[in-house]
Amino acid sequence: MAGESSLRKGRKAPYALIGPGMLWLILFFLVPMWTLLRIALSEKPNAFLPDYELTWRWANFSDAISRFQPELIRSFTYAGVATILCILIGYPLAYFVAFKAGRFRALLLGLIMVPFFTSFLIRTIAWQTILGQDGPALGVLKALSLVSVTDAIGLTSNGAFLNTPQAVIGGLTYNFVAFMILPIYVSLEKIDPRLMEAARDLYSTPAAAFRKVVLPLSLPGVFAGTLLTFIPAAGDYINAELLGNVKTGMIGSQISKLFLKESNYPEAAALSFIFMAIITVGVLVYAKILGTEELSA
Amino acid sequence: MSDKRPFRSRILGLWTLGVYLWLFAPIVVVVIFSFNSPAGKFNTSWNKFTLDNWAHPFRKADYTEALITSLQVAAVACLVATIFGGLMALATSRYEFRGKGLVNFILVLPLTTPEIVMGSSLFTLFFARDVSFGFTTVVIAHILFCLSFVALTVQARVRGFDWSLEDAAMDLGSTPWRTFRTVTFPLILPGIAAAGLLSFALSIDDYIITSFIAGDQTTTFPMRIFNANKTEIPAQVHVIATALLFIAISLMAIGAWRTVRRNATPA
Repeated sequence: MAGESSLRKGRKAPYALIGPGMLWLILFFLVPMWTLLRIALSEKPNAFLPDYELTWRWANFSDAISRFQPELIRSFTYAGVATILCILIGYPLAYFVAFKAGRFRALLLGLIMVPFFTSFLIRTIAWQTILGQDGPALGVLKALSLVSVTDAIGLTSNGAFLNTPQAVIGGLTYNFVAFMILPIYVSLEKIDPRLMEAARDLYSTPAAAFRKVVLPLSLPGVFAGTLLTFIPAAGDYINAELLGNVKTGMIGSQISKLFLKESNYPEAAALSFIFMAIITVGVLVYAKILGTEELSA
Repeated sequence: MSDKRPFRSRILGLWTLGVYLWLFAPIVVVVIFSFNSPAGKFNTSWNKFTLDNWAHPFRKADYTEALITSLQVAAVACLVATIFGGLMALATSRYEFRGKGLVNFILVLPLTTPEIVMGSSLFTLFFARDVSFGFTTVVIAHILFCLSFVALTVQARVRGFDWSLEDAAMDLGSTPWRTFRTVTFPLILPGIAAAGLLSFALSIDDYIITSFIAGDQTTTFPMRIFNANKTEIPAQVHVIATALLFIAISLMAIGAWRTVRRNATPA
């Protein structure tokens, strides 16, 4: 605990150091949240004037919920499925990199980051190419005459990958999986290999050793990864717009449309606030279930 | 048991290989399609090989302009966020002070807030205050979402540092400023550099927040691509993406090579 003992007690210096950053966070993060809430409770007294009046109109919230319930449910469903897929895909990979990669560990870790140096949008457009009607993915399936099989198991719909809910979920999984892999890797890497040796010495099977030693110790990584994938995935609408169809619209595109196209600010702000409230409650419940004490380590 | 273990590892290895292939598939497509001569306005299906796109990477003026805007925004946002965020990380990891818990809490909040909420809340702020949307509002927003990433990255890198090295320097007669320059700054520099690179990448890639507060006059590179994706996807997009990718990989490789070399040569 060398760091602990050499921590300094500051009178003025720390406040001067955090000053500019805190000012920025207050002015452009906390204050806007307040403005968002105010607009969400306002209404437009005159359709021809740009002014809004704070009238505590809670109906904005109920209107937004009843109008956009399908999109809300869809966003959380897609994000939930994508997050589970990210765990299933990312955990084994993180495990391999942490314990089996040997001297290639740093290289493999770096390679996870490389795709993310290409723009999010351009990667998603590349998926349009791969999954398109004359793209390589369908080409392989057609050559193997497997399209009816993938249709049956729900990987494709009517012989197409694109413009389906599956494609949207696939895109979300792809775009956010690194945020799952990296925290899991960090928590796995911290595990003392001697703990696993001890389990083995005590005649534990590899499966039991994993279940009783490795998995519990890696849960903080899974927790962090879940938040880092689920939250942006639920709010994303680029995947839904580029890989989905009219029936796969997510809440983000509705909020964006209400603000920028329909200029219906109170309802847009209310919808935005509802979305954030659901996420905040979800995070708190999730933290409670997983046990916060374990996670604060 | 000893029979099963290599089999288990092999499955794990194959899975890992498969995931890497999946991660890189779109990147390979982007690079290959930068050499495609598209049949129509969409560079999304293969037609024939050409070097023409690479010879004229800036032919599409509106995309080039948008790219320049994005680079300008990223440069300013990255610089300011790295300074502000670095100072915050220095304060929280080096000092004990009242309100530190609150500061750390507020720092994490933007990371757990969906972009769409941050974008819409900034929209309402600028709208309510009659601030005109444009370059300045975009830069303000980019500094905001980079700030937390920078502070937390630097914090993670300097955790467990032995700050008594500073006392040693002071005991040996160094001035505070000289101590910062010759002891503290070199210690935190790798963390700062990593955070700076990260915030540049975050800024240049942002679409959702930017789309809320850019207004009609300012268009960033991702906005340009997204707004036009129903009417055209020119090959220049693939060329620019490939070029940016190779710059990023080179920077990463240089960083890794320097670390290896520093560790190899005894001090």
